[in-house]
Amino acid sequence: MQSRSSHRVFAFLAIWLALFLLTFADAALRRDTGARVLEANEQLVAQLGLTDLCLFTEARYTRHPSQADLQSAFQDHPLAFEHFPSGSLLPPPRNLSSSYENLDRKTKSAD
Amino acid sequence: MKIWIERQKALIDFTLSSLARRKLKNLGLLLVYTVIVFLLASVMLYTHALRHEAAQVLKNSPEVIVQRMVAGRHDLIPLGYLEKLGRIRGVQNKEGRLWGYFYDNVVSANYTLMAPSPESHGFGRIADGKIVIGAAVARERGLVPGNLISFRSYTGKLFVFTVAAVLPHEAELVSADLLLLSETDFRAFFDIPAGYYNDIALSVANPQEVRNIASKISETLPDARIILREEVLRTYESIFNWREGIVLVLLSGSILAFAIFAWEKASGLSAEEKREIGILKAIGWETGDVLKMKFWEGALVSLTAFLLGYVAAYFHVFHFSAALFEPVLKGWSVLYPRFELVPVVDGFQIATLFFFTVFPYTVATIVPIWRAAITDPDAVMRG
Repeated sequence: MQSRSSHRVFAFLAIWLALFLLTFADAALRRDTGARVLEANEQLVAQLGLTDLCLFTEARYTRHPSQADLQSAFQDHPLAFEHFPSGSLLPPPRNLSSSYENLDRKTKSAD
Repeated sequence: MKIWIERQKALIDFTLSSLARRKLKNLGLLLVYTVIVFLLASVMLYTHALRHEAAQVLKNSPEVIVQRMVAGRHDLIPLGYLEKLGRIRGVQNKEGRLWGYFYDNVVSANYTLMAPSPESHGFGRIADGKIVIGAAVARERGLVPGNLISFRSYTGKLFVFTVAAVLPHEAELVSADLLLLSETDFRAFFDIPAGYYNDIALSVANPQEVRNIASKISETLPDARIILREEVLRTYESIFNWREGIVLVLLSGSILAFAIFAWEKASGLSAEEKREIGILKAIGWETGDVLKMKFWEGALVSLTAFLLGYVAAYFHVFHFSAALFEPVLKGWSVLYPRFELVPVVDGFQIATLFFFTVFPYTVATIVPIWRAAITDPDAVMRG
């Protein structure tokens, strides 16, 4: 039988569709092995009391965004340009849109 | 049914030979289309997996962290605060944490130094003069256990440590730049007097009471800044949303350029294509057949681009550690963690990507053809 171009295209798409479906199988397999690593990381975080992911080590407020004081990105003066490239990948300080955890309203003394 | 299938196969054969006539243009389109899907899928897979990993790993971070603020900046917290916190009902464990940053001139990298509490299970007690280092530090400085490493502290004194162990490579996402040392060494290195800590980590007996306890703390210690675990998790959630958003904004230029290109290609019929439709109609093709042929053209191109782009993105993110994103994420950092994300694939996200990449192109191919196909063949051929 003569090979038709539609057949060749179907075969090509079938291969890629199989690869597409294989990514799900691969994800499931790697999740099983990854669970062990994740568990080890969870333990390390618990043991050392770590608070942040080590993604950007260039500045203290990008290394520990959850611990940085709200002014740290504008440490030189309020309108200072951001120094570090990863600053553009981090959101602006939350005090521009929201405050600290709203505990101050519940306190008797001013914060 | 068999006739219908044969008919579709014939239409696809015809479509393919029609595409092959403009090989270069169509291959170019397929390449650009694939790259766009690849970039979108890479960003989507990477941020989703990282967000999942952050939530999973940081769920064990301290429940409450108390920092002392002086003139709007994080300051050392005295032992007295620890005692005051201990008197608050519901506080189960309290622990002064010692950690700080050190800039290493040798490799121009920032390290996070930490003195784990002696109760930290699994680490035992780090002896004075010993140091446990993160895998990225070991890689950057070429260190193995037993090596000596020296740092000049901020006071100008030289400190020499023996590398006791290297933290596992798998834990780089949380520990790449860590240096763990004993409390005595830490205090001597940073010249922090006894009785002072960087902050205090608390655990709470009843997790439901965290907020109440936090408000009690802010009443007792008005100069304290309280960071709850849920805030840490929320911070990471917002970082990844922001990052995904930023990358998509950067990509939006190229996506728009592609959209214009694809729309132009799909909707603006060339004179040659118009003539082709005219001839097909003149030799007896029905409008429905012309539409079906063009549907197949759009579907085949977009489906191929989706499959190629998505599979490439999956391998890029989960098998090659998203190597193309590294320069962007790395910024000016010297230490960058090498980690392999655990694949977490969200079916809904893939369905959305599929819908927004395959569907518009297919529709954009059909509509102008439909307009050309319902007009008189003679008029179409004359242009």
